[in-house]
Amino acid sequence: MSNTEKWKDINKSREKRPKVQEYKNWKELPPIPISLPIDGAIGITGDWRTFRPVIDQEGCNKCGICWMYCPEGSIIKKEDGRFDVDLTYCKGCGICAKECPTNNIEMKRESDATHE
Amino acid sequence: MQLMSKARKDIIQDQETKIIKGNVAAAYAAKSARVQVISAYPITPQTTVVEKLSEFVDSGMMPGTQYIKVESEHSVMASMVGASMTGTRTFTATSGQGLFYMNEMLHWAAGTRLPIVTAIASRGPAPPWNIWADFTDVISQRDTGWMSSFCATHQEIYDEILMSYKVCEDHEILLPKFVAYGGFILSHTSKPVIIEDQEAVDNYLPPLPDEEGWPHIFMDPKRPMMFGNLIMPSGFYSEFRLKIHDAHIRAKEKIKVAAREFEKSFGRSYGNGLIQEYKMDDAEVGMLIYGDLALQMEEAVDLVREEGYKVGMVKLRHFRPFPVEDVINVAKRVKILGVMDRATAFGSPTGGPVSSEVKTALEGEEKTARVLPMIGGIGGREVTVEQQKDQLKILINMNETGELPVDLIHGTLWHGKLEVE
Amino acid sequence: MVTIKQALDDEVACKEWFLPGNSCCAGCGLEIALRWAMKALGPNTALVTPASCLNVVIGLWPKTAPNFPFTNMAFAAGASAATGISEAYKAKAYRFPGKVWEKMTTLVFAGDGGTTDIGIQALSGAAERNSNIIYTCYDNEAYMNTGIQRSSSTPHGAKTTTTVFGKERFKKNLPAILAAHEIPYVATCSISEPLDIYEKYKKAKSIEGCKYIHILAPCPPGWNYPSEDTVELARLAVKTGVWPLYEIENGTMTLHKKSKALLDPSKRAPLIDYLSRQKRFSSISEQALIKLQERIDHDWDNIKAKLRSQEK
Repeated sequence: MSNTEKWKDINKSREKRPKVQEYKNWKELPPIPISLPIDGAIGITGDWRTFRPVIDQEGCNKCGICWMYCPEGSIIKKEDGRFDVDLTYCKGCGICAKECPTNNIEMKRESDATHE
Repeated sequence: MQLMSKARKDIIQDQETKIIKGNVAAAYAAKSARVQVISAYPITPQTTVVEKLSEFVDSGMMPGTQYIKVESEHSVMASMVGASMTGTRTFTATSGQGLFYMNEMLHWAAGTRLPIVTAIASRGPAPPWNIWADFTDVISQRDTGWMSSFCATHQEIYDEILMSYKVCEDHEILLPKFVAYGGFILSHTSKPVIIEDQEAVDNYLPPLPDEEGWPHIFMDPKRPMMFGNLIMPSGFYSEFRLKIHDAHIRAKEKIKVAAREFEKSFGRSYGNGLIQEYKMDDAEVGMLIYGDLALQMEEAVDLVREEGYKVGMVKLRHFRPFPVEDVINVAKRVKILGVMDRATAFGSPTGGPVSSEVKTALEGEEKTARVLPMIGGIGGREVTVEQQKDQLKILINMNETGELPVDLIHGTLWHGKLEVE
Repeated sequence: MVTIKQALDDEVACKEWFLPGNSCCAGCGLEIALRWAMKALGPNTALVTPASCLNVVIGLWPKTAPNFPFTNMAFAAGASAATGISEAYKAKAYRFPGKVWEKMTTLVFAGDGGTTDIGIQALSGAAERNSNIIYTCYDNEAYMNTGIQRSSSTPHGAKTTTTVFGKERFKKNLPAILAAHEIPYVATCSISEPLDIYEKYKKAKSIEGCKYIHILAPCPPGWNYPSEDTVELARLAVKTGVWPLYEIENGTMTLHKKSKALLDPSKRAPLIDYLSRQKRFSSISEQALIKLQERIDHDWDNIKAKLRSQEK
């Protein structure tokens, strides 16, 4: 019989519990389905994009408005104070490009954009 | 030990015998169990439970207990779910229509495996409007996943609530439970009830949940978790539901253990916890019955025995989980088993919920009693000792002649029907 | 008023508490609202969500997006479950004083359907007994999760799957209903002003009692516009006067500076600017337009009257 107390690992602190729970059969399951927070809960949502935002680093005036409005939280402040997009989860909604006050963000088609 | 000395300072309750109503006994049980969050909405015939609890909380006799005065029964159970999942001992009470209103949340509470104990002063479903004893309200919630038990005496209400916390909060069980008793018959009549010494209760019950809360759910920012996600049909949804049924079956043994330990701690015995037999040892004919009518049936059994017949009575204490093994054991020892339902289950094989389930339990077993389904006392209709003697005589007659009673309706004897000349 | 720079420097506000990679639509208004609400409240928050988009966008078991204690809840039970949680925290704080339990905030994030329709009883009950919760209604003006059906928060003239030719009735004014309950704090926000959302949640966190915050959250599939316009539409809603930004603290109303300017009707942008960008208003009639404008003017007259009565 497999370890039926394994589910109690979710009881532990953030560091000690598994990042993602894995169970083999109904005996191993916890009494109720508990989910643990993780980036990419539904997957790599970067795959959703048809257009990707490209921030022109030269023109970025470090205002942070793109960071403020990004629904996903995919815009990150770099060491030098400028902002750039973390493409892992960016869904390509285009809000950052629309709101940038200096028009420094361009929505480029995924198929055309160069991969850095 | 430190908690114990805090206990003496916080709640002082020495053992005392009080003449109190059934509802008030339920309130005292909640107080003895040191419940932490109570949520209540008034409905006849449960109102005195919430009134008494309000008195306890407001006068400082339950320090630290939060009493939420909600605006509907649906909110009662929603707030109980919220409070229990945060890791506190919870209690509420309701009845009839209120129970139906919170039906959605009952499924939620059982699916979240929260050890909530609810006192039910059972009343008949409307329409037509009815506020008197009838267990259809509790029994119709049988598929929600809640355990349910019935009380026959005022003392049993107090005792059963304490035993329920012990079973529900067991880390292998974690299920909510109903403790049902007849509306007005037990809720509004007074009898002497022994309220136990607080320290003795503290020793019997598991300790209150600590900071960690329950092992399977906690609203703790240091260990954030989320409950209630979607699970696809291809995922483990079905297996999680299987676990609820599995917990019910395992609870049968825990109920027996809790009853044994209760007898050791407090000296009162309730059969084996699942059923309680009365003069069944040499009985040829038996009656399976639950609720307050079971107490009166003891008197009827005594009177019929005086006439020379060997009859006995089995009090069904728990409906969920259904005590299959005990029912089979009883049915193998008598020739005729009458099952008296004080509830209806329309469209079921017998029209009565417990009789239908008794018949299912006996399926496939050899040499078991012939079952006569009976229904009586619906909507709080009075059932006298004379009528109960008559019911036993019907069973005796069936045993002697081998014939079914003539006035069955769809195979079930609806006893005590009203007929106007 | 907090600035973006201050938010970036703040230990809690610079982090993401609603983790990316969830299944919100691209350009979802709700996500902006929740991101900033959580930046203000921080990790010591328990969130309850009745049935809504938020219920399902957090992912499938065993993974989830919110990085704080969270529970899904039945549709009608949002405010009551939150009351239960907040009372349980009080009971825990009594037994274990001086720990995190005293500092926990209980938050409800419900959609407009779960607030104005099915959840209104529980909300009214929680408001009446002044339960210590922050109740947020993120208003996308229809039952979006089930496929864009009308709710009582859908505006007049809007097309939904159950109001195919435009809704006949008008939008239910929830903030006014909650203000009538005399709770300590009622506020309206728009996702075009995230820092205003931040300020209002910070203020709500410091108040004891029932707090209600109503946030306009445009929905790209529901309102039928390209996803990049979400913030612009929320801004236009404020500029045209459709969505006044205010807070009512202990009965006293204060307008946000962007809405204060609109007390003068000539400063309000033309309504058609806001409506023409959403295809859900594409077949709106002249009459409906007039009625909507009358309604806006009427609501602003009420605001003016309230402000005048406060001056005395």
